Amino acid sequence: MNALSTLPKGSQPSDVEEGGLGEYLGRNLRQYGMMAALLVIVALFQVTTDGRLLVPNNVASLIQQNAYVLILAIGMVMVIVAGHIDLSVGSVVAFLGGLCALMISNHHVPWLLAVILTIVLGAVVGCWQGFWIAYVGIPAFIVTLGGMLIFRGLAIVLVGTTVSGLPDGFNAISNNSLPSWLGFVGGLDGVTLVIGLVAIGGLVLSNVRARRDLVRNELKTEPFVAFVGRLVLVGLLIAVVSYLLAKSTGGMPIVLVVVGALVVIYTFIMGRTVFGRHIYAMGGNLHAAELSGVKTKRVNFMIFVNMGLLAGVAAVVTTSRAGAAVAAAGTNFELDAIAAAFIGGTAVTGGIGKISGAIIGALIMGVLNMGLSIMNVDTAWQMTIKGLVLLAAVAFDILNKRRAGTQ
Amino acid sequence: MASDDHTILQMRGITKTFPGVKALQDVTMTVRRGEVHAICGENGAGKSTLVRVLSGVYPHGSYEGDILFEGEPCRFRSIRDSEAVGIVIIHQELALSPYLSIGENIFLGNERCTHGVIDWTATNKEAAALLARVGLDESPDTRIVDVGVGKQQLVEIAKALSKRVKLLILDEPTAALNDDDSAHLLALLRHLQGQGITSIIISHKLNEIAAIADSTTILRDGRTIETIDMHGAVPVTEDRIINGMVGRDLAHRFPPHTSHIGEEVLRVEDWTVHHPIDRSRVVVDHANVTVAAGEIVGLAGLMGAGRTELARSVFGRSYGTSISGRVLVHGREVHLRSVSDAISAGLAYTTEDRKRFGLNLIEDIKRNVTSAALHKVSRRGVVDASGEVTSVERYRRELSIKAASLDVLTGKLSGGNQQKVVLSKWLFTDPDVLILDEPTRGIDVGAKYEIYELINRLADAGKAVLVISSELPELLGLCDRIYTMSQGRITGEVARVDATQETLMRYMTVEKRGAAL
Repeated sequence: MNALSTLPKGSQPSDVEEGGLGEYLGRNLRQYGMMAALLVIVALFQVTTDGRLLVPNNVASLIQQNAYVLILAIGMVMVIVAGHIDLSVGSVVAFLGGLCALMISNHHVPWLLAVILTIVLGAVVGCWQGFWIAYVGIPAFIVTLGGMLIFRGLAIVLVGTTVSGLPDGFNAISNNSLPSWLGFVGGLDGVTLVIGLVAIGGLVLSNVRARRDLVRNELKTEPFVAFVGRLVLVGLLIAVVSYLLAKSTGGMPIVLVVVGALVVIYTFIMGRTVFGRHIYAMGGNLHAAELSGVKTKRVNFMIFVNMGLLAGVAAVVTTSRAGAAVAAAGTNFELDAIAAAFIGGTAVTGGIGKISGAIIGALIMGVLNMGLSIMNVDTAWQMTIKGLVLLAAVAFDILNKRRAGTQ
Repeated sequence: MASDDHTILQMRGITKTFPGVKALQDVTMTVRRGEVHAICGENGAGKSTLVRVLSGVYPHGSYEGDILFEGEPCRFRSIRDSEAVGIVIIHQELALSPYLSIGENIFLGNERCTHGVIDWTATNKEAAALLARVGLDESPDTRIVDVGVGKQQLVEIAKALSKRVKLLILDEPTAALNDDDSAHLLALLRHLQGQGITSIIISHKLNEIAAIADSTTILRDGRTIETIDMHGAVPVTEDRIINGMVGRDLAHRFPPHTSHIGEEVLRVEDWTVHHPIDRSRVVVDHANVTVAAGEIVGLAGLMGAGRTELARSVFGRSYGTSISGRVLVHGREVHLRSVSDAISAGLAYTTEDRKRFGLNLIEDIKRNVTSAALHKVSRRGVVDASGEVTSVERYRRELSIKAASLDVLTGKLSGGNQQKVVLSKWLFTDPDVLILDEPTRGIDVGAKYEIYELINRLADAGKAVLVISSELPELLGLCDRIYTMSQGRITGEVARVDATQETLMRYMTVEKRGAAL
């Protein structure tokens, strides 16, 4: 019998805070701010590019071109929340991409098997780095700085300059769309529409269930207006994107299915599993986590294994997109992923950060890339602008926190 | 009241409040020119706070009361201001930069230079002269890491002399020193006294105070109790000082309780622990401790006695190296190599520093409560969100944690409620042994009573409870049996009926070998 049953019933907790809509939005300024910023940036480019940004085929290629950031940002959020950093992912993508292409073209490994092996090898690379970080205790900054050089060097050794001549099936991953099994409805691809509808349905269902759980447990819920508003907004976003994709030449890009699946899986891992909980606990207070029996070394190790695994996925996507392995592939990918995580509200000091935030951060980066390219802005200026956006997002975060702190 | 030539410092009506705690209340102290003035008191009596007020660490305006130094009122905004008039404080943790030389450290922030360029000749020459004054035979270009703690302490004093110190404040200067270094330091204070430098020394070592101090001010619970003239007609004994430090009314501060003591649950035998960095230092020295079911056992000791180190080394070796000895739980020897081993063996440990070691302050109540036993609300690695809420809600109600909801971040709770979250977290692991390290530190009186009640109820439910506390009245009011520790050793074991604050304090100040002087 638990000791507590002998305890006296305490007084009831103080009144549950009601919290109006304004107060709620104020507290969640960061999350909604970034979503709003994304929409503003999209609208801005829509105007400056004379509507070319949201041409159906551009939406499809926006996703195909930026899939790597979305994938890497997922792993990077976990790394940063735990209080680390990974500078090596760009080089690791080049290295793994090279291995993948060589397996297919020189050793005639079936491409699907090569894809699986690449992802497994990614996990092996993660084991290597995780070992030094978790069990030897070298700061991740140093280990992955080393990894950045090591794997770039190995990529050049392996690939030379380029390995090309990859099969169509492999190249289709990042360049083609799902076949139109369901035909067309008024010029719109049926498969895309069905996936869009399923996504919206899943979104609404999971949110309604989560809210019902909160209500049943008498926990604080967001105001009803905000709840409905958020669902309508995100649902509308999915609907618009689905509509545009359904109108594009191919329909549903294959990589979007991959990215979508990863987002769902990792949101679940971070939000609902013991592993995810331990990552937040370690980032929030490492000492407290250790003294609570969290096996911190093991968790750190697994975080980097996972980052390697996702780098494997990103390597496949990148190599497929280019139709070839290039020694210089993946340059600055680590910086894109880190920037996406920070723009998406991940705390520099660890302990705070969401997959959904990083996805929004990655989309902001992607839209900036696409919009500026359509406008023929020089790449040098593109870099400068992205740098300023990163700085502004984190400055906003810190000032907002300071304001909340002084209240 | 005008100050005369014989008085160098007067502090009048000093009151300093921290959120929820009155650290100092109407403290008054007068220091005569050229004397060695000791400040004594239990942990938490307000000694360090008082000297921090005096030296400007807590700026003027953050406390009430007046400070007169050489007859002039003082309104220090920072340490710089107090140093400008000749008041220098040397903190318990020395403020030296380890990889800089002795000379560089002496003039750190006060460099001998022309137009921003360091004058190395002047630096080393003046440093050598200061080192000679404090009797330290080292070259000024020796790095700080290469000399021992005793010599580092002398470097700090040389640094103070370089600032033309008139009033030198030392916070527990001999706590980390061996006997020879302590003796040398105290002799140096006497020597400086001859040169007209007044000293204030905070110390736990009563034999030192009896040997060196000209007067002693005793603080208790943030108030001045008395100032004793050490050269008065009646010789001042250590017992005389102890009486002043502990005398206080115990009535009505503790809920009445009778323990029903069962079988032995925890036994620690011959437990020895070494310092994690300085491996030659023995932190816990062949300690033996037992706790039975339903029993509340206290562990008393002054700062640095090794109480927390003992607890944490037993709790899955979360402190120390070269640990030896045996731990038995329910009579069976267990090998607790990690915290999770200790938790599975039925041990729980709540830390003395909730914010640094106990809680994730940027996470909410429910996630903090489940963090030490997440497996109890999860299946195959997936957390059952509803089950989690239901479990934690029970603890909130039964420990009456006052918060708007379980989603409130623990960083926003009061000290008492934070402590209840910590206790909930460990009760959730369903332990047999609870080690509570300073369970009421930084908590207001009302919440303290609730925590005491809770501890009593846990004992009634058959838990073995070990309470570490620096407040002797708390141990006397709560425990069935009290161990005392000093310098890593268990120096006494007293049943509640036989225990008084005086006997405990005597055991707590037992020195390893004879007197320091």
